[in-house]
Parts: sequence; structure tokens; C-alpha cells
Amino acid sequence: MGREDTIVKQVVSKYNNDKTRLMDIITDVQNELGCVSDETIRHIASQLQISSVDVEGVVTFYHFFSKTPRGKYTVYLNSSAVAVMKGRTAVAKAFEEAAGCKFGSTTPDGAIGLYNTSCIGMNDQEPAAIINGVVFTNLTPQKAKELVAGMKAGKHVQEMVTEFGDGANQSELIRSMVKNNIMRKGSVIFAPYELGSALAAALSRKPDDVIEEMKIANLRGRGGAGFPTGMKWDFCRKSEGTKKYVICNADEGEPGTFKDRVILTELPSMLFEGMAIGGYAVGANEGIIYLRAEYLYLKKYLEKVLSDMRAKNLLGKNILGKGFDFDIRIQMGAGAYVCGEESALIESAEGKRGEPRNRPPFPVQKGYLGYPTTVNNVETFCCAVRIMLEGGEWFKKMGTAQSAGTKLLSVSGDCEKPGVYEVEFGITVQTLLEMVGGRTAKAVQIGGPSGNCIGKKDFGRRICYDDLATGGSIIVIGQQRDLFEIVHNFMDFFVEESCGWCVPCRAGNVILKERLEKIMSGKASLKDIDELESWCKIVKAMSRCGLGQTSPNPIYTTIQNFRDIYEAKVAKDVDYVTSFDLLAAVQESCKIAGRIPNVEEH
Amino acid sequence: MSTIQFTIDGKPCTGKSGQTIVEAAKDNGIYIPTLCHFEGLKPAGSCRICTVKVGGRFMAACTTPVTEGMVIENKTSELEDYRKAIIEMLFVEGNHMCPTCEKSGNCELQALGYRYMMFVPRFPYLFPKRELDASLPKIIIERNRCVQCLRCVRSMTTSDGKKIFGMVNRGGHIHINVDRELAKNMSDEQAQKAMDLCPVGSILKKEVGFVVPIGKRKYDAMPIGSEIEKA
Amino acid sequence: MSKPVVATASLAGCFGCHMSLLDIDERILKLIELVEFNKSPIDDIKTFTKQCDIGLIEGGCCNSENVENLRLFRKHCKVLIAVGECAIMGGLPAMRNGIPVKECLEEAYLNCPTVDDNIIPNDDELPMILDRVYPCHEIVKIDYFLPGCPPRADLIWEALVALLTGKELNLPYEVVKFD
Repeated sequence: MGREDTIVKQVVSKYNNDKTRLMDIITDVQNELGCVSDETIRHIASQLQISSVDVEGVVTFYHFFSKTPRGKYTVYLNSSAVAVMKGRTAVAKAFEEAAGCKFGSTTPDGAIGLYNTSCIGMNDQEPAAIINGVVFTNLTPQKAKELVAGMKAGKHVQEMVTEFGDGANQSELIRSMVKNNIMRKGSVIFAPYELGSALAAALSRKPDDVIEEMKIANLRGRGGAGFPTGMKWDFCRKSEGTKKYVICNADEGEPGTFKDRVILTELPSMLFEGMAIGGYAVGANEGIIYLRAEYLYLKKYLEKVLSDMRAKNLLGKNILGKGFDFDIRIQMGAGAYVCGEESALIESAEGKRGEPRNRPPFPVQKGYLGYPTTVNNVETFCCAVRIMLEGGEWFKKMGTAQSAGTKLLSVSGDCEKPGVYEVEFGITVQTLLEMVGGRTAKAVQIGGPSGNCIGKKDFGRRICYDDLATGGSIIVIGQQRDLFEIVHNFMDFFVEESCGWCVPCRAGNVILKERLEKIMSGKASLKDIDELESWCKIVKAMSRCGLGQTSPNPIYTTIQNFRDIYEAKVAKDVDYVTSFDLLAAVQESCKIAGRIPNVEEH
Repeated sequence: MSTIQFTIDGKPCTGKSGQTIVEAAKDNGIYIPTLCHFEGLKPAGSCRICTVKVGGRFMAACTTPVTEGMVIENKTSELEDYRKAIIEMLFVEGNHMCPTCEKSGNCELQALGYRYMMFVPRFPYLFPKRELDASLPKIIIERNRCVQCLRCVRSMTTSDGKKIFGMVNRGGHIHINVDRELAKNMSDEQAQKAMDLCPVGSILKKEVGFVVPIGKRKYDAMPIGSEIEKA
Repeated sequence: MSKPVVATASLAGCFGCHMSLLDIDERILKLIELVEFNKSPIDDIKTFTKQCDIGLIEGGCCNSENVENLRLFRKHCKVLIAVGECAIMGGLPAMRNGIPVKECLEEAYLNCPTVDDNIIPNDDELPMILDRVYPCHEIVKIDYFLPGCPPRADLIWEALVALLTGKELNLPYEVVKFD
């Protein structure tokens, strides 16, 4: 029996031959073997008694799984728009020169692999990269060279972290250079709180009362969609099931958002307490936190927080002597933005490809493993804790009529003070810009790429569910920026992150990007703009899940709010402009044949 | 199952609770175009061609259950244009060389192109690079033509419930693959079933092809869906 | 009144679409009454001698000559029609689009079993090969598209008559096919 086979057997039996733990199985096997080859895939499949194509499907779905080795050291450099604004291109070049390979490949000796990755939740300290799970922020070309030198010297990655961030980032179990950048504390999330007090308050009331309190508070989902939490919990409570689940969506993948990172670092027990409250309310005894792979560096620390809470009887059996059992396990993701969609997240937690489900049934009816499941955002659970302590009426007094409470905003881009801001809902963009030192902004991307790119004329609008909704991502775009480059970067992101299940999102985003490029090249007409806009509507209308329904927004909202920049690119007196370039098209064949291209353009 | 009332484009219809909009429409002689849908298989909702509008919201008719009092928009100019757009996306997303294809004339994607009078897709051709796999004993997998409908994935299993087909990769790189060991053991009947299920010419049974002459094929004379509309 | 002028060309095509045009049988006599042909393989006029009303293009563009020809047609024709799958989407020649040009040329001129000269043609008189086969509408504006491989004779006929007479085009289901 080969080593590979032995490892697969060990790992699979560690998870009790449970195919729903395939994510963990692949992760562990990859950690041991460096990759998950076709051969390994067959071993895993045969151990689990499933089809190898099921395993291959999962391995090839997630960005951080690989069928081929990606180096002893694997550098995942963030390619998000803000990373580019902050100097990513020069950093990437430095990595390539020092390592001796291009991004998307591994050095011939297999030592160093360089790979791009979507936003890693460090927009307030870009350029940033993850190397073997360890985060490096505020990179410069010089630092990139030093890192490569360290790798070539065989240093352990953690040894290369020489400075540490603030707060719990310095703790023994994190030891990370990541900074919290908490720039503004409000009264819901970042106010003082006593561990266990909210859970005690909840357990002294009936589950229905807990739900009622959430309804009084008018608490809505903080991930961005804004579904009323009380209603969701109510549905889940009333759904029939021998078991129920509470899942925390800690897969914040919207480029530009990082507020959950800060909660997970500084307030994990508040979050877990919120999950327990949710569990009590809906009648669940098991909770899962789905943690994005980019936040792997927090895992050990979170495990410790969980075990501390068990020790204090805030989790586990008979919590606080009230007869309520609840525990939480951490499910790691593996790099897929679409898993932020709740049903895709559930699929992934079940060890499958992170493809959204068709609805109905909704997760509150049939969720994790078919049981009624409530999936809520990290911040939502924390809000629930505060509501248990201060009451729904108190909570509702903050914010606007439709958007109660405070909101954590992750602010990045061209501003003086990037970081996390806890503000009351209803704040105008202008006020926020003054707060963050970004008053000269040309545009602001509200809600990340899937949100809305607005210009100065809209800076008086409010951040709340009924005006400018956001899960928290705010990207300030300065006067010096080329909006097209940002829009293009966002479209790259959606093309990369589409799960591929449905046609409009899978093919549509590629097509939208192609036409955007035509316009950017200047070889286009007004008709191209009109067509592009109408195609955006088609993709939005026909796509199956929120990803495709919002993926045209970078183009769609900039055509609406910045039409002048599009029109400046195109010819206005003709209705057809080709992007075909004869000289470019014959270049390759002439080179192969050894002749000089002879093109007379008409 | 209780009887329910609903309307499609204003026409009063009756259906049974638990039916999807596609099924209920069919029972009322109304054709809602589908591609990934296949009777008897769990709906995938992947092609989105069956999208209808209910209460101002777009939804896939193959996955949405019909409910009492539902007001369904089906043949509006907006929906018909968007459906045609989906068909066009499929044509530019793959490499659909109809004249060379064994399934031509019996292909559901092509038939939808005919029904919607697609003379040329509005979108640019993407000419993706896709791999053809002819190494299995009974079938050829021609990925240039695949529309990712998941019919083979949903239906083709071994007697002990293992999937023969599955999807790998994601986004525009998604494609079908097989468990090679399981696929090698496919019987002639299974190969035929896989080919028949495939709406396009992506799964072909080896050693057969072009059996039915031009003019006699499924969609040569009558549009797809006309069998429902005539009934 | 002078008759409308029609020009036709086959670019990267097989002349099958032209054959299909001839397949209108005895209606060809009527067509001759309706129109005058200019540059076309049908009358063997090699260069445009006047501006035309209708240009029929068969085939896509696989080399520089196709591109020049197509542009010439666009310049000389009021209405330009892409006739057949190759003109519309590259057709069978576009099956090479997924294969690198180098591989195509080496297979055709170096590695093919019937070749013994072992040289990739490089005479300056020869058209230059494009990186891929292009549908016509990616290079010039095309006004109408007639699908089929070849388009049915009835489709070509009906479309021409509609265009020439201004009559509404009402096509039976059977005539619009992609094969």
C-alpha cells in the first residue's frame, strides 16, 4: 500500500467515512500530499464508495484545491481592484522576478507557486497575500523580494511574520500582522458587553419571545440582502424537522468587505453567543460556522474560543443549567465567492460543489442535510446578542424606519482612514466620505462589485436597505482612477467566481466582459453601449441566484451613472465599428511562415 | 392532489398542487420552452429558458411549483426576447457546428433556434477550446456541443447509485466528465439512454449516426413544442 | 428603370451556398428578369464595374484575401447579406479556431502524410492566414443573415424576392435550418 493510499485511508476514517465531510477530507489530504491528483481522487472516491467524478467535481470547484502541486510555498496574491489601486502590479512583478515564475504557475523545482486570488478580506491593508495560510499585508516590491528570499532559504512561513497587528491579532493562536483598523465604534457591535449575559437573558425567556424581540427590533440580515431575521427564525422554528441547524455565514467574499474578519478577531464569543441564541430560538442544537478559507489563520484561535465557552457552560450540554444543548463546529471553505449565497454555502458544508440550490424549498424548510436551517451573517448574530441585552425597542431607535440599528462598513480605496466603521443606518455617502477622509472621491462603490457605483450627484443618498443597500463593502474611488479598469477588474472577478450552473451567468458575464473590452479599446459605437446595457438586463433577469442577478452591476451602474465616460470612448457618427485588426490577425501565421505581413488597410 | 386555478397570459388554467409551472402549462396545452428539463428527472433550473414572470419577478417555470391564483406571464415580448437571448448565448458559448453534428435535426437546442427564428446570435462567438473524449468503449463525449443541462449527471447512475457523469471545474470552464471505471462498464442500453437523454450531440453512442435521413428527423417539419400546443 | 444589381462571392466557403442559389431551379429565369449580376462567379465578372444593390457573401474570413474581398463588397453594396453558416459563424473552417495556428500549418504543410516539400508556403503573393476564422459580421457590417448549410434554395429565393419587391418576408418553418 502506497503512502498516498495510507494517508487517504487515515483521513477518510478520521471523518468516519462520511462523504458529507468531503471538504475537510480533501483539505486534509491536500495538506499532506500537496495536491489532490486524479489518482488521489480515485482513492478518496473508493474509500467513500462514491463516484470519482463526484470527488473531482468538488476538487475542481474550489480555488484553493488543486489537482497539481502548487509549490512548497504557495503565494496567493489578492487581485482585487483595491489591491491594484494600492500597488499590486509592482508587487506581483517583484514576486515573479524574485521567484522566477509567472503568476499562475510554480517554479520548475516545485518550491514556489504564484497564484492570483479574489479578494481576501484585507482591503484596508492591501496589497496583501496569503502564503501557506499566513496573511501578509501592506506588501511592497521590497517586501515581496524579502519573502521570496525567505522561501528560498527554507524558512517557515510563520517565521517571516515579524510584526503583529493590534488586539487579538497578537494572541498566541493568531500571531498575525493583520490590523483591525476599527475606526469608529457604535453602540451595537463595538460597545462593551459581558460574555454570556445575552445568552442568559435569552434562555430565561421563551424561544418565541426571543424571535418576537428580533421582530420588534426590525433586525434585518447584515449580509446585504436584508431579509428580516425574526421572520427567518420564525419560519425555521415552525418548519418540521427532527433536527435543526444554525449556520453562521462567515464567508464574506464580496470584494471590499472585511468587517466580519474584525468581529471574528475581536468578538468571536459574541458571535458564538449569538449563534446559541439563534439555536435556542429556532430549536437547533447544532451550529456550524462556515469560515472562508482566507480566514484559516483565525481557525485555531476560534477553536480555543469555542472550547473556552464550553468550559464556561456557554456551549455544550445543559447550557447555564437551563436544559438547552448547543454546540458549534467550524466548517472551512476552500475559495468560492458563490458560497456566500446561503444555499450554496449549505451545499458546500455538505461536502459538495458550492452550487446554489433551486428554491423552493428554502433552507428554513430544507437546509443542511435536509433539516430546517437558518443561515445568518456574522454581524447579524452579534446584533441579536445586543438586542437580547438592550431590547428591540432600543435597537429600533437607531437607523431609519426600514433599516434599524447600526451597520459595520468596511471602507477602503482612496481614503485617508480605511477600516471598519460602525455607523447608524441612514448615513449619507457624503457624511461617510468626510468621516473616512475621502471627500475628493470621484465615485464610490457601495456594496462591492455586486452593488452600485455612484458619482458625486448621488453622494447625498443614504446607506440603508431602501436606498443604497450594502453588506458593508464601501470602496472609495479617487479622481485619478480610470473607472474602466475598476469595472473590468470586477467583471474578471465575476467571470472567475460564477459557479457555471446557469447559462446567463456562465456565458453572459464572459460576453459582457468581451463587449466592455471592445468599448475600452475605443473600437466601438454608441450601439455597442446600448447593446451592452440591454445585455446586462438580460443577465440580471435570467440568472438563477444573486451572483448572476447582480454581476452585471459594475457595467450596468456605471453606464447609468457615468455614461459620459462610455460615450467618450466610442464613435458617434456610425452605427458599426469593428474591433477586427487585420495586421494583428495575420501576425502569428506570418511569423510561422517566415514572411513579413503586408497589409494595406482600406 | 387538489385542483388549483391559475392563469397563463390571461388564459384560465387548472392544475394539480405539487406540479411545476412547466408541467401544469403542458397539461393546459401551453408550451413553455425548456432545454435542461426532462420529464422524470429532478429539475435543474440550469438553462433558464423556461423563465416566466410571476408578480413581476422572473422565475424558472421548471423549478417553481404552481400555486392557487398564480398569474403567470409566459409569451410576452420581453420574455420571448430574453429566452431567445439564452439560446443565442448557448450558440456562442460552445462550438455548435450543426452541419457536422450527428444530432442535427433531432437536437433540442437547434430546434429552439428554429422556433425562435435565430438567424444570427446577437452575441459575439466565443470559440472556446473544448476537449472531445472518444476513449471510452461505448460513447463519445463531444464537449464542444455540451450545454451543461445536467441531464446525464442527473440520470445516469449505476445500480448501486453511483453517478457516472458529473460536472468539473466552474464558471466558463465547467464541463462534463465521467468516472472512467463506471463509464467503461456502460452497457449498450445505457449508452443509448445517455445519447437519447442528451438534448444536443454531446453524448454519442459509438458506431451509429445519421440514421434518419434529412427531412424525416424530429424537428425537420414541425417546431419543438408544437406537440404540446396541438394537444 | 434599371434593374437592381446583385454581386456574390465565396470567401472561406465551399461554393455550396452558390449551388443552393442555383437550386432555385426554373426560378433562375425569373431572377435574371428581376436583377442584373455584377461581380460574381455566376457571370464570372472579376471586379466591380458599378455600385451594387445587394451583395451575397458565402463563407467566413480565414485569410487576408477574404478580408479584403469582404471589405470591397461592403464598399460596393448597399445591402450585404451573409449567406450560410460559414459567413454567419465561420462554419466548418472555424473548427480550427480551437487549434493553434502553428499546429494547423504544421499539420497541413509539414506533417501531413501526402506532403513531401516540407515548407510552410511563404510567397508574398499568397494570402496571409488569420489567427482564426472570423464570421463576416465581426469584420464589416452585415445587414441580413440567411442560415443553413447550405441555406435552402427557397430561403434564398424568398429573401431576395422580399428584398427586391419590398414584400413582407413570411418564411415557412421548413426553410430556416442550420444544416
